[in-house]
Amino acid sequence: MPKLTIDGKEIEVPGGLTVLQACELAGVEIPRFCYHERLSVAGNCRMCLVEMGQAPKPIASCAMPAGDGMVIRTDTPVVKKARQGVMEFLLINHPLDCPICDQGGECDLQDQAMAFGVDHSRYQENKRAVPEKYMGPLIKTIMTRCIHCTRCIRFATEIAGVEEMGALNRGGHVEITTLEKAIDSELSGNLIDVCPVGALTSRPYAFTARSWELRKTNSVDALDAVGSNIRVDARGREVMRVLPRLHEDVNEEWISDKTRYACDGLARQRLDRPYLRKDGRLRPVSWDEAFRAIAARLDGLDGGKIAALAGDLCDAESMLALKDLMAALGSPHLDCRQDGAKIGAKIGGAGPRAGYLFNTTIAGIERADAALLVGTNPRHEATLVNARLRKRFLMGGFRVGLIGAPCDLSYPVDTLGAGPETLSELAAGTGAFAEVLTAAERPMIVLGMAALARPDGAAVLHLARALAEKFGMIGEDWNGFNLLHGAAARVGGLDLGFLPGDGGRDRDGILDGVHGGDIEVVYLLGADEIDMARLGPNAQEGAFVIYQGHHGDAGAHRADVILPGAAYTEKNGTYVNTEGRVQLGRLAVSPPGEARADWTILRALSEVVGQRLPYDDLGALRQRLVAVNPVFAAVDRVEAAPWGEFGEQGKLDGAPFGVAVENYYMTDPISRASETMASCAEVFGSGRAGEATGTDG
Amino acid sequence: MKVTSYRAGEAGDFAFTEDNAKRAAAAVTHYPEGRQASAVMALLDLAQRQNDGWLSPEAIEYVANTLEMAPIRVYEVASFYSMYNTKPVGRHLVQVCRTTPCWLRGAAGLTDTCRDQLGIGLGETTGDGQFTLVEVECLGACANAPVVQIGDDYYEDLSPERLSALLGDLKAGKEIAAGSQTGRQSSMPDGGAVTLTELPERAPAEPGRAVPGPEFGDPVSPGPVSPSGEGA
Repeated sequence: MPKLTIDGKEIEVPGGLTVLQACELAGVEIPRFCYHERLSVAGNCRMCLVEMGQAPKPIASCAMPAGDGMVIRTDTPVVKKARQGVMEFLLINHPLDCPICDQGGECDLQDQAMAFGVDHSRYQENKRAVPEKYMGPLIKTIMTRCIHCTRCIRFATEIAGVEEMGALNRGGHVEITTLEKAIDSELSGNLIDVCPVGALTSRPYAFTARSWELRKTNSVDALDAVGSNIRVDARGREVMRVLPRLHEDVNEEWISDKTRYACDGLARQRLDRPYLRKDGRLRPVSWDEAFRAIAARLDGLDGGKIAALAGDLCDAESMLALKDLMAALGSPHLDCRQDGAKIGAKIGGAGPRAGYLFNTTIAGIERADAALLVGTNPRHEATLVNARLRKRFLMGGFRVGLIGAPCDLSYPVDTLGAGPETLSELAAGTGAFAEVLTAAERPMIVLGMAALARPDGAAVLHLARALAEKFGMIGEDWNGFNLLHGAAARVGGLDLGFLPGDGGRDRDGILDGVHGGDIEVVYLLGADEIDMARLGPNAQEGAFVIYQGHHGDAGAHRADVILPGAAYTEKNGTYVNTEGRVQLGRLAVSPPGEARADWTILRALSEVVGQRLPYDDLGALRQRLVAVNPVFAAVDRVEAAPWGEFGEQGKLDGAPFGVAVENYYMTDPISRASETMASCAEVFGSGRAGEATGTDG
Repeated sequence: MKVTSYRAGEAGDFAFTEDNAKRAAAAVTHYPEGRQASAVMALLDLAQRQNDGWLSPEAIEYVANTLEMAPIRVYEVASFYSMYNTKPVGRHLVQVCRTTPCWLRGAAGLTDTCRDQLGIGLGETTGDGQFTLVEVECLGACANAPVVQIGDDYYEDLSPERLSALLGDLKAGKEIAAGSQTGRQSSMPDGGAVTLTELPERAPAEPGRAVPGPEFGDPVSPGPVSPSGEGA
């Protein structure tokens, strides 16, 4: 614990800190460009100069370890002059184009030039001009603005794990480049955030808005199951951009490219009014007419002939409202697992919560010392979980084994096998990786949906549980058993029991029931990822399909009635991430046209069909949510879930595990409607999607 | 061990010859296991020599693949150092030193000579692909200024006439001798010693020093580099 004197104030700081960090603890702000607390120290911008004791010249505080007895001064004329000098050098080749720069208003260089610079330049020569570089469809470059802090290079290499950025040439000729290739990372959008100037900016957002005219709403992401904390920036009724918000236990300060860039999909292909299929064609109707058509179809129909499926983007409130409505109508046929994953397989309940959560927690990955990935590609299914796994790998002493389709996760992985056979061999204790797991103190297993969304999913789950228990993954303060979900709605749905009731059918049962004529009405709550052909060609030869959702995607195409709902930025909703962390999404803009928040649609419909739901406002619905499962009361708290029996012993299929996410950029109705995501899918193409050609159909 | 994700280099047709592959393998053994990337500069030099004096993208990416490095890391090295050429050069790369000592001794005149005689400007290559002319910063042979490096060798104590003769010989395909072009040996004083011209008083032999070193003024054996050329 070194003791320093900073500006005359004595402070004791933890060992291993730098002078800059010590100054921050002492409440002294040090200007900096190249230093970033999550990246390695470069020490090349020289903006953080401070005076140290008897040292003959100022030192770079970001690169100087704090030592006992150091006397640091940050308020002397020498420091002031040094900062002004550095700033003058930085500005020599920096263009004065702030009025047309997208970073304007949120630019470190601008702010620090105001705070620490001088008001004029003595530089008379020509400024250097650097040609623009191509870095893909997401990042726009104006390299003349670059001050060569190398944060982007360090971010790409260290955190994203993609070694494709570099600095060519030297001295005054340095140019940052990816060699004219699109940077092949799902975290590339964060390069824009780490860039302290306007050299790397968002291509889709270019010239659309200024930071000070945006309305900022803190929310959570719903496009994957990580539940990244985001800030939604909107102008008027349009979401202009999505930025990350700091949450150390979830996304740190990063978000994935889909989270950041799919927001242009929120303005396209929207369902902004109710539709009713008449004579084979969908025609716009009033809410009243749409409700009456549903009521007419439900009238006199046995509850056992109605079924409901919830999609991947649903908030917990709307799923609960639909569950209550289905219960009131007398239907036990509900399923929130539209991918058919065999989790919570016990009929009538989800089983122990630990059986479907990422129990280790995302931050807990940093405590693990070995990981076994089964049927998952976390880079595509949960980019920030993969970033955390990489972070753990960089800390050293971390072996990762993979059973499933080979993939490049940006850190070394032992590919052990492709299917359940390898898993059962490993569970029996054979193979080299069994020794790794045995030797590990805190091993973890991550089961992906590709391992569970298959006919033998329950048996795989059972086997994985046996393996976790055998290798001591379940302990007093350690639970290494993890399910990696891909859908933001899934854990919430399982928590509130959006599952088949007594005698109820699961997804396959419902779809088969349509074929057999046992199910006549199917309510799709944002469910677009099922095979719509199994619902029959139309209401006469198949099911009467009610689609409630926000995008004209697969579900809406097949629907007989469309009820326009709200996307995740347009409603106050509760989401539970893959760790079981309950988080609140907030309304940033109102839904377009006649669309409404989803639970209010269900509440209104319930009255028309004569089964009035007992909640009139969100507060009452949330009380009901907590009554159904108390976990919903613990917002942003992850409590250890009880362990228990889950999965079913059964015969394992020999088929190898598939790929849960075939095209990272197109996994849900919002990203499929996004032009930005479409151009990414085109650029990164099948190389990203493995052997599959994508799901852009 | 590959700890990041990157595209493999596209080496095209470039590959080390058998000899160079051996040299490259030997260079890698100079470093601990897993630290093979340390040999990058040696391998780039081999690749440059094999590739007519310059590093094509294929050659750079070949080195990256050989050393299991991300191609961008090798591009960084190749572009940082001025002795790696990332553009094609002629058979003879003429590098005129322009830093102060050489400049004071007439380097600017040497550049003009090259320009006139070769008919090219700085950074250009003659049409027949024989010569590329560049100016460089200090070559570190200031005692023999002005200096021009042609290929791997230094040509020192130049005057426009002497350089012109050298270039003429090169054009004619003749061998030229490296080193001082005035006949002096390495950096010995031009025209004989001007200091220490008398024998200093002999210091008494130190106890325990059995074999006395050579005395000042003892004849020096002629060095291996002897000036040639009639003008010397």
